[in-house]
Amino acid sequence: MVNLGFNIGDLHFKNPVLTASGTFGHGSEFDDFIDVSRLGGLIVKGTTLEPREGNPSPRMAETPSGMLNSVGLQNKGIDYFEKNIYPRISKYKTNVIVNINGSYFKDYVALAERINILDKIPAIELNISCPNVKKGGMAFGTDPGSTRKVVKAVRAVCSKKLIVKLSPNVTDIADFARIAEEEGADSVSLINTLLGMAVDTENMKPSLATGTGGLSGPAVKPVALRMVWQVAKAVKIPVIGIGGIMNPDDAIEFFLAGASAIQVGTASFIDPRASVKILEGIEQYLEKKGFNDISEIVGYINK
Amino acid sequence: MGKRIESLKIINNQKLNKDSFIIELWGKEKLPEMRPGQFAEIKVEGSPGTFLRRPFSIHDVNYGENTLKFLIQIAGKGTEALSSLEKGDMLNIIYPLGNSFSLPGNNQRIILVGGGCGVAPLLFMGKYLNENGHNPDILLGFRNNESIIEYDEYLELGRVFITTEDGSRGEKGFITSHSVLSAQSYDSIFCCGPLPMMKAVGDYCRQKNIECEVSLETLMGCGIGACLCCIVTTVKGNLCTCTDGPVFNIKDLIW
Repeated sequence: MVNLGFNIGDLHFKNPVLTASGTFGHGSEFDDFIDVSRLGGLIVKGTTLEPREGNPSPRMAETPSGMLNSVGLQNKGIDYFEKNIYPRISKYKTNVIVNINGSYFKDYVALAERINILDKIPAIELNISCPNVKKGGMAFGTDPGSTRKVVKAVRAVCSKKLIVKLSPNVTDIADFARIAEEEGADSVSLINTLLGMAVDTENMKPSLATGTGGLSGPAVKPVALRMVWQVAKAVKIPVIGIGGIMNPDDAIEFFLAGASAIQVGTASFIDPRASVKILEGIEQYLEKKGFNDISEIVGYINK
Repeated sequence: MGKRIESLKIINNQKLNKDSFIIELWGKEKLPEMRPGQFAEIKVEGSPGTFLRRPFSIHDVNYGENTLKFLIQIAGKGTEALSSLEKGDMLNIIYPLGNSFSLPGNNQRIILVGGGCGVAPLLFMGKYLNENGHNPDILLGFRNNESIIEYDEYLELGRVFITTEDGSRGEKGFITSHSVLSAQSYDSIFCCGPLPMMKAVGDYCRQKNIECEVSLETLMGCGIGACLCCIVTTVKGNLCTCTDGPVFNIKDLIW
């Protein structure tokens, strides 16, 4: 029996396969296809203080080996989440983590305080890397000073584990990871989507209504992997790898590069069972290679 | 009603005209109950440029034979690849997805209005109406004689009227100007086709105060309400075409 569990501080995850925010709804969308409770964790759709309608349509474009989206954090706000979604998702027997977003520092702080009182939410993922909002989002995660300020402010009030989701749209992502660690983050997750664009040549205008959007899917995997490798060497807190993980082998690459856990994102669109298949494949890989514990391969290429 | 992901066997892939074809699938397991207007997300193999699944309306279901059909128009590399699949190949689909057309009350005068490949969900709907005691009229519009999708099966369901833009078959002109719409007054219209056509039908229904449901098509990421990419702007806010639709009452749409 292989041990797949890992910890963020004293918070235990039964396995290292989580689902990426914005690609897994609130879990129930996948109930017909998998037992969501088998996953190590569930990171729910980005949540804001007030409801958001998100960006106009079209919000997505298919690109080579990937897709662009500009959803723009459409969600019903924290009040709705508390009343309608929280009771439902807290039934999952896994770590349910809320991804929080704000336009201003005070929004993040207020959200962290709201999450503090939700017993069944053991951690928040601080999203300072959404590329699709006019205010806030990536603006916090691409400026070192703002990153420091927002992580510090949230850490001061947050009684849950704090995961900071980093933007790849920076010169040196390791700097941002170090700042998050210095300000008390318990973990960093990376990467959010890469800012990208597509143009519709027939209609002679951008494919997305917002012009630009976030690129995800296998197209970003080599970039994500490189960044996880750099960050894993720069910080001591657990690193959660995200970016184009479609199959168990992709996931293994991230572990070998230094990720303690991974998030499955866009893959769930093509196969709603992708996360569970990846989990099963990781276990098989470890058995085949003769490892007893997932931690033995974390950062293996850096040893 | 549960959604499934399944690989079904292609038992027929029939070319209808230069750019349309019907894929017929057979399931080893008993097919789930499906309703007219629902769709499937089809995985396209062998087309490296096609990353995401493609949504298609369910065209026809035969529970006795355990088969279902998709009527598909070649619009790009993905649909091109689907058109070249052969009998015996497997097709992976996620289904049945989305909501469905409403069943109108008794004694309603109903017309199904389809444009081009948008006729796809209307065969299934027509059969469903028949089973529930309705004999809908069916109005089908095409660009020209060459693009007509054969409609023998529709003839068994009700009166069929044809328009082509160039008059090469049926009445000439756009669907909304067909004489049957002025000769007969309808209580309900069920519509699927290109967006400008559906908008024209929607306008017509608003003016005449006719109940109208349209089946919308948008680019989709997941098809199951997880990604929020396929929104349509409605009086109730931004809704997902994949889970709140694809069928919408025109009263809810901001057109």
